[in-house]
Amino acid sequence: METIADFEIQYSQFLGPDGKPSADMPEFAKDPEALIDLYRQMTETRVFDTKAINLQRTGKLGTYASCLGHEATHVGIAAAMQEDDVLAPSYREYGAMLYRGVKMSEILLFWGGDERGSDFRGPKGDFPFCVPIGTQCLHSAGAAMAFQLRGEKRCAVSMNGDGGTSEGAFYEAMNIAGARKLPVVFMVINNKWAISVPIESQTASQTLAQKSVATGFPGIQVDGNDIIAVKHWVERALQRGRNGDGATLIEAVTYRLSDHTTADDASRYRKKDEVEDAWKLEPLLRMRSYLTDLGVWDDDKEQQLLDEAAEKVDAAVQEYLNTPKPPIEAMFDYMYEELPDFLEEQRQQAIEYGDTNGGKHG
Amino acid sequence: MAEVTLIDALTMAMAWELEHDARVVILGEDVGVNGGVFRATAGLQQRFGEDRVYDTPLAEGMIAGVSIGMATQGMRPIAEIQFMGFIYPTVDQIINHAGRFRNRTRGRLTCPMVLRAPYGGGIHAPEQHSESTEALFAHMPGVRVVIPSSPTRAYGLLLAAIRDPDPVIFLEPKRIYRLNKQEVEDNGKALDLDVCYILREGSDVTLVTWGAMTFETMKAADQMSRSGIRCEVIDLASISPIDYDTILESVEKTGRLVIIHEAARTCGVGAEIAAIVAEKGMYDLKGPIRRVTGYDVVMPLYRRELDYMPSVKKITDTIRQTLDD
Repeated sequence: METIADFEIQYSQFLGPDGKPSADMPEFAKDPEALIDLYRQMTETRVFDTKAINLQRTGKLGTYASCLGHEATHVGIAAAMQEDDVLAPSYREYGAMLYRGVKMSEILLFWGGDERGSDFRGPKGDFPFCVPIGTQCLHSAGAAMAFQLRGEKRCAVSMNGDGGTSEGAFYEAMNIAGARKLPVVFMVINNKWAISVPIESQTASQTLAQKSVATGFPGIQVDGNDIIAVKHWVERALQRGRNGDGATLIEAVTYRLSDHTTADDASRYRKKDEVEDAWKLEPLLRMRSYLTDLGVWDDDKEQQLLDEAAEKVDAAVQEYLNTPKPPIEAMFDYMYEELPDFLEEQRQQAIEYGDTNGGKHG
Repeated sequence: MAEVTLIDALTMAMAWELEHDARVVILGEDVGVNGGVFRATAGLQQRFGEDRVYDTPLAEGMIAGVSIGMATQGMRPIAEIQFMGFIYPTVDQIINHAGRFRNRTRGRLTCPMVLRAPYGGGIHAPEQHSESTEALFAHMPGVRVVIPSSPTRAYGLLLAAIRDPDPVIFLEPKRIYRLNKQEVEDNGKALDLDVCYILREGSDVTLVTWGAMTFETMKAADQMSRSGIRCEVIDLASISPIDYDTILESVEKTGRLVIIHEAARTCGVGAEIAAIVAEKGMYDLKGPIRRVTGYDVVMPLYRRELDYMPSVKKITDTIRQTLDD
């Protein structure tokens, strides 16, 4: 017997939970202004998220999936991407979407039951929210295939959860990305829980990063609560893709501090202690502490940031609440480029019977 | 002008489009050097290169998913699924994504792709190779389902499918891949989608069918004509959306309707045609609508597969019953 294949998985962290550097900082992180910008984006995302939950609790928004605790991972990924790269998100990656120019009001529209929420004014090529788990991984591989065929220096990035790594689509996407050296980054956002199922029940794999080994490209695990690590490694992975060196898997280890969605009650299945411990690792606090140590942040600046974020979020909420329902016929008008004849009759019926169900929703 | 089989016509159509539209790529299992298990893509990789015509890993859901990803980013993928029995892993991607992208993004992202698959029985194939499950896809909003029945139709409809701005499931009746030859001009002219084609005009009874069943149906119509019965034969061609106008006009003329399909009966496409004619053409009918279909059973393995499929005799008997009503 001899060993014919061997692998190891690296873990990376630059900023520890205590706000102290745990490794030599990468170049971009030596500019405090750049870090302030990332902190600002993470904070805005959290303020938005908190408000969205409140909107749901007060009956002004449908079921909503919170991103609490994922801010460093989400913002870090988008901060590493170029504008003409393409993002294939799942459904809670607001930090990334907002950074890429999706409007807060669009995210609210989506969860508020309006398709226009996925008609992003900003990143026109980005994929919309994707609810069937893991299926978006294939779209990112397909997008990468399009870029490769056209000889464009662009990459696709998909965002999938720990639960999503159990889906065939996730493996199938990585497999073809490996076989064809596609310019794609598979982000696995390991927040430890897939609704009520803990990661230990999902897989016996020691890490999720090693899932790439069988598909022939590198995987790395990073501290998903350290935005510096996330941004740094995603940048490196994107560079690999642009250089024609193929795909990368990055497992960002974080924690879902919230319920799965507003329709969920996580206290039914997970221990309070575990959540309390996870709060000690959360991403905003450590960055704030680091910026404070650098002497570039203080309570006044924090308050000003929170006020500005609240103002921005309130304006988005107003825009969302003031958006009238889409016209009834809109459900027909985007099915095909041209409406087939047989749908015309149904379209007329829908208009005629519009609101006869009471029109209470929305 | 070349005399070609249905499968040659498909190859011609794909070659034309690869030649004239840089966005078109072909992907699937064994579509490259091997030219596909039925040779639909024979010679295309040699002619257009590995970038445009390539073998994928063996995972049908992946083939559909990456095709969708490509289509949303400006490509025009033609994906081949080797047999209908292997198409089901694509259903998640087709129903959840291909048919929804335009709608869910209000037209921001669209999905112009073709998913080709051979379907139907009659070639002594192994298990899970012979089913006709077109109705599954006809039930999905946002996708078209197209079935050619001749070399001419295969060429024109496949070109139309590739150029269509929305996803098309293109199902190929493999029993007639090489059954006959027709002169097909390789001129890049597409046929219309969303319409059916009248194969034979008649005034006594309307026969609606599609795919390989057009052959049995035309034979049945020939036999009936010897007894002076004039059958109008309609090739549905577009399984979704259905061209109801042509069917209703025909029924208005003949007053009688028989639908023939190889697929199982319950919730088949024939049921939808019968329902629409009952709703809109009831008073033109001189008797009940009848269906000649496969049975609602698992498609038998090949020693009995022909007994599952509608025969010419079963069609003529049903036409006579319909005329006697």
